[in-house]
Amino acid sequence: MIRTYTCIMCPIGCEITAEYEGGEVLSVSGNRCAKGENYVRQELTCPMRNIATSVRVSGGELPLASVRLTSPIPLERIPEAVREIHRVELTAPVRGGDVLIKDLLGLGADVIATKDIEKA
Amino acid sequence: MRTVDKKIVVIGAGPAGLAAAIALHERGERDILLLEREKKPGGILRQCIHDGFGLTRFGESLSGPEYAARFIARAKELGIEIVTGATVVGLDADKTVTAVAADGMTAYRAQAVVLAMGCRERTRGALAIPGRRPAGVYTAGVAQAYINLKNIMVGREAVILGSGDIGMIMARRLTLEGAHVKGVYEIQPYPSGLPRNVEQCLNDYGIPLHLSRTVTEIHGRDRLEAVTVSRVDERMKPIPGSEERIECDTLILSVGLITENELTRMAGAQIDPRTSGAVIDEHFQTEVKGIFAAGNVLHVHDLVDFVSLEAEQLAASVTEYLHGGLDECGVEVSGEGVIQLIPQRVSAKRDVTFALRPAKPGRNAKLRVEQDGTVLAEKRIPRALPAEMAQITVKAEKFLSDSPVKVVLSFD
Repeated sequence: MIRTYTCIMCPIGCEITAEYEGGEVLSVSGNRCAKGENYVRQELTCPMRNIATSVRVSGGELPLASVRLTSPIPLERIPEAVREIHRVELTAPVRGGDVLIKDLLGLGADVIATKDIEKA
Repeated sequence: MRTVDKKIVVIGAGPAGLAAAIALHERGERDILLLEREKKPGGILRQCIHDGFGLTRFGESLSGPEYAARFIARAKELGIEIVTGATVVGLDADKTVTAVAADGMTAYRAQAVVLAMGCRERTRGALAIPGRRPAGVYTAGVAQAYINLKNIMVGREAVILGSGDIGMIMARRLTLEGAHVKGVYEIQPYPSGLPRNVEQCLNDYGIPLHLSRTVTEIHGRDRLEAVTVSRVDERMKPIPGSEERIECDTLILSVGLITENELTRMAGAQIDPRTSGAVIDEHFQTEVKGIFAAGNVLHVHDLVDFVSLEAEQLAASVTEYLHGGLDECGVEVSGEGVIQLIPQRVSAKRDVTFALRPAKPGRNAKLRVEQDGTVLAEKRIPRALPAEMAQITVKAEKFLSDSPVKVVLSFD
């Protein structure tokens, strides 16, 4: 089987063609760096993505703090992960880098705040 | 009105203004003022909470607020003066910057001015979509500010017009926040944003992308009820009989960005209709001596990393200008097969890097710079896309004369 991927590892977005048989990758071409090959191998087994969303903050200058994961998680778990993150409620002040959830859903990634929210 | 002397005034504390001010400080300048109309510095990055920023500039993937925070922290550490809540309402060719803030009006008399006002979004009015004017029609950036800064959900059933990066990012964001995105409709026969965003924002969530289609009518009285979508022909004119009604309560527009150049015009600087930004020379200097421009106010960028790098280059020129002056740039630059080409004038005495976008998408493009029929530099672009900026550098010694220079992108 041959499949073409758009690599999402960086903004170049290489078009990568992979030849595979079952779960085995036979060849990878079109990638400009090693990240592309790893990306395609990962896509064939379990696509991984990082994600950003927000959590509620009370008593802050803004009602929300933006958050992201410290490492990617399986794409198919993202809706569940976002629901879990939305359960968090914070009180200002919030500091960028604060760990809000450790080891989200046992997937090995932490949820961190990505901006400071000062008290109102 | 108060009058204050300042050596350098930077207008806008978004990514371009912050990077320029920091780089100027690092080059030894101390009398710098950054003016920002919002309550906080950071510009549009404050609401761009997705990751992917900083891969070029920092070698890691950051969210927008984190990328901005690095520059804001550095500016603080250096003690750079930032006045927020200050709107610049006037700019004269003599480099007087007039700003209005809570404490009144101030005229800053500067020796050099850096334009870093960024851009704004094209709206429904600019597209002239027929129909009523119900609630529920937003530009992508406005929807992004509501959802990411104000905790206000914009709707439940959304249609997105235009496949710009912000539109695709909002398609993913709306989906994750529980809305149903029915599809993204793009008037061009190709996506206008980056391929990686088609992949990770649309394909990952099963959001369909429909090309060569546009919204031709808006329905609903108080709230949006539906849109009519039509196919378009090669000249992007709607094809009669191809109309399709799509029920939705939200229409998100991601149909282009417009450089914010009112002040540039006020100062008397010439605007290039092809970039919609100021005509600049290789020093990022406008036609008005001592007024410089970088970032999205000059030409709309694909990545913030390039905005920062451009502003840092600008800082080097500003310092040179203040301490002895810059080379005259009398050599005209024109383009063929390219859009958004800068700079428009060069000295032909120094290395210069041209930035541009391909006019059309295609494979195996050849990008070259010519003078007097001779190729000064050339490179290949395996996949040329208008969504992606390209650059090409010509070494000083390659220039042959003071004849005009042409930047050409062609396909084999």
